[in-house]
Amino acid sequence: MNFLLIGVNHKSAPIEVRERFAIAEARLPEATRSFADFPGIEEGMILSTCNRVELVACSKNGSADLRGFFSKFFNVDASKCSDFLYEYREKDAVRHLFRVAASLDSMVVGEPQILGQVKEAYAVARGVGAVHSHLDALITRSFAVAKRVRSETAVGSSAVSVASVAVELAKKIFGSLQGKTVYLVGAGKMSELAARHLLAHGAAKILVANRTYERAAALAEKFNGQAIPFEQLYLTADRADIVITSTGAPHALFRREHGEAFLARRKNRPMFFIDIAVPRDVDAQMNKVDGIFVYDIDDLQTAVSSHVSDRAKEAQRAESIIETEVERFHARLRTLDVVPTIVSLQEQLETIRQAEIDRVRGRLGSLSPDQELAVEAMTRGIINKIMHAPIRTLKTAARDPESTTIIDVVRRLFNLGEDKSAAAKSKSAGDPGADN
Amino acid sequence: MPFLWLRVALLFYAVGLVYALLLLARRGETLARFIPSAVGMGMVFHFVSLTEVFLLSGQLTVASVHNSESLLGFLIIFFYFIIFLRYRTTSPGIIAFPVTFFLTFAAANGQQQFLFTTPGMRSGWLFAHIALIFTGYAALVLSFGASLLYILQERNLKSRKPSSLLSKLPALEVIDEIGYRSLLLGFPFMTLGLIAGSVVAQAKYGPAFFHDPKILLSLFMWAVYMLMLYTRWSSGWRGRRAAVLATVAFGVAVLVWAANYFSVVHRFVSS
Repeated sequence: MNFLLIGVNHKSAPIEVRERFAIAEARLPEATRSFADFPGIEEGMILSTCNRVELVACSKNGSADLRGFFSKFFNVDASKCSDFLYEYREKDAVRHLFRVAASLDSMVVGEPQILGQVKEAYAVARGVGAVHSHLDALITRSFAVAKRVRSETAVGSSAVSVASVAVELAKKIFGSLQGKTVYLVGAGKMSELAARHLLAHGAAKILVANRTYERAAALAEKFNGQAIPFEQLYLTADRADIVITSTGAPHALFRREHGEAFLARRKNRPMFFIDIAVPRDVDAQMNKVDGIFVYDIDDLQTAVSSHVSDRAKEAQRAESIIETEVERFHARLRTLDVVPTIVSLQEQLETIRQAEIDRVRGRLGSLSPDQELAVEAMTRGIINKIMHAPIRTLKTAARDPESTTIIDVVRRLFNLGEDKSAAAKSKSAGDPGADN
Repeated sequence: MPFLWLRVALLFYAVGLVYALLLLARRGETLARFIPSAVGMGMVFHFVSLTEVFLLSGQLTVASVHNSESLLGFLIIFFYFIIFLRYRTTSPGIIAFPVTFFLTFAAANGQQQFLFTTPGMRSGWLFAHIALIFTGYAALVLSFGASLLYILQERNLKSRKPSSLLSKLPALEVIDEIGYRSLLLGFPFMTLGLIAGSVVAQAKYGPAFFHDPKILLSLFMWAVYMLMLYTRWSSGWRGRRAAVLATVAFGVAVLVWAANYFSVVHRFVSS
């Protein structure tokens, strides 16, 4: 089994490129399904956030053409965007996924949202049946690694979130946030977080507009704010000093002419647009309007990165944790390869045991419950004793690159058929951690 | 020797000048701590010098070109200090310090006779005229400085570089407020000063004074001033557009000042 990973992130591609590849939440299940069904791919998961699109796959012989899928799915010429794409295999793919989940690859290193986003992507992939044994083990392991990094290093503790950078910028524009109005366009988690930060620093009022009015109303209620029907967005936006956009709209909601109209209506008092949507909700031209300041997610990133140098040391410790975890997972992965064999071996012997007990049961006559138990225990004991050495050998062999030959030998010795092993595989998939 | 204290003040202002230059090169942070005390000391010595001059000349008016330069410099730094106390920012010094320094420098470098000897110069109207106009000038200089800072900060924020977070400039709206308040404060002084001036001139020269280049320029400056306030009230002009107007007003103010040398009515020599 081979892990493959292809993706774009905030480091490899500018936002103009990333927004082309972003997959809307509603389309994600379908996209994941078609990814897992792509020739050569056994299992697959797609992670799409505003900073990255990652396609993780597990393939039998590692020959799956991920770039092919990429260009087919996004309808782009892969050779043209190859500068923006990165591709990892095996250990490198494992390492990358661990780093992503542990928020070491994040725009804001240590920010906590990414783990939730990976979990959501995993849930979607499981939901459409795109993830079982191997990829499942990898992803669930990445959660544990992320937790370990969080608890053993200080990377996450002082996370300068995008939200707090937004607050700092707002203060650079407005001085104090006292009495300022914040407009949330789109009711996402990130914008909610930013709004909470702004309120904590004195912002007075929250307005919320969302395509579904109910969500806007729910969010507005949380902040004691006011929900506004989406159709009135352009009529009301000039009331806000700070506008946070995070809608899934495919095209920019706010363009230059809107900005000019807003400013005219608010007598040129400055406006601050924080655009955390990908694709962007605010046209880049808007920043050219006098008195309007637009920061998209990339700009916040650069602003943030100047803050994180002091955390480089913690990040280094986190990286070494990742490294040991990659090795550990790699070792375990080989064990994982032998799991189906061990399971079918156990099943094979259990069937034999049952059959033998059934055969001689009649000849034993009536037994007391104690005696019944003794027979049961004795037969089980024999099997376990016999199996002990082979299983241990299999597990040790798993760490050795030659393990496949031993697996083959065991299968042939005990006459373990292919069909049985497949059945065992699907059984073991439900509980990938069963072997230790 | 009234120049002694003025020259001491000049030394302190020189610190301010260096700071302003460093600020332009974006590396004034280390000096910023000493600025308020240095400039404050300069202001004190400056005040001593001004008092001394007044006592020596025995009249409550500006007695020479150099002395009026000194007074204007003092007023600018005085305004600067009010802003500092209110907003805790040294940034407006970027314009206030050089202007004050050069005004004081000019004042400290020449011995002039006390030229105002005509009786008209002693009238209260004339004193009011000069004091009011100078206060107006000082406010204008600061509001000009603020509009330059505004543009600097606006550009900084628009560049969306991380340095926009690190910059020590005050927040955009604070700069705007400083500029607007200075303007608002300076306008009545300027207006009243011009009225007082025309009363004096009317009495002395009759309607003819109106054709003097300095008077015409002053009126033009007042009109620009008015325009700045009007555009601010009606459509909230700030930033680039306001800075253009402020530059014009400042330029005209400098011309008005320079016009002393070719004005018939407004010469400091007794006629």
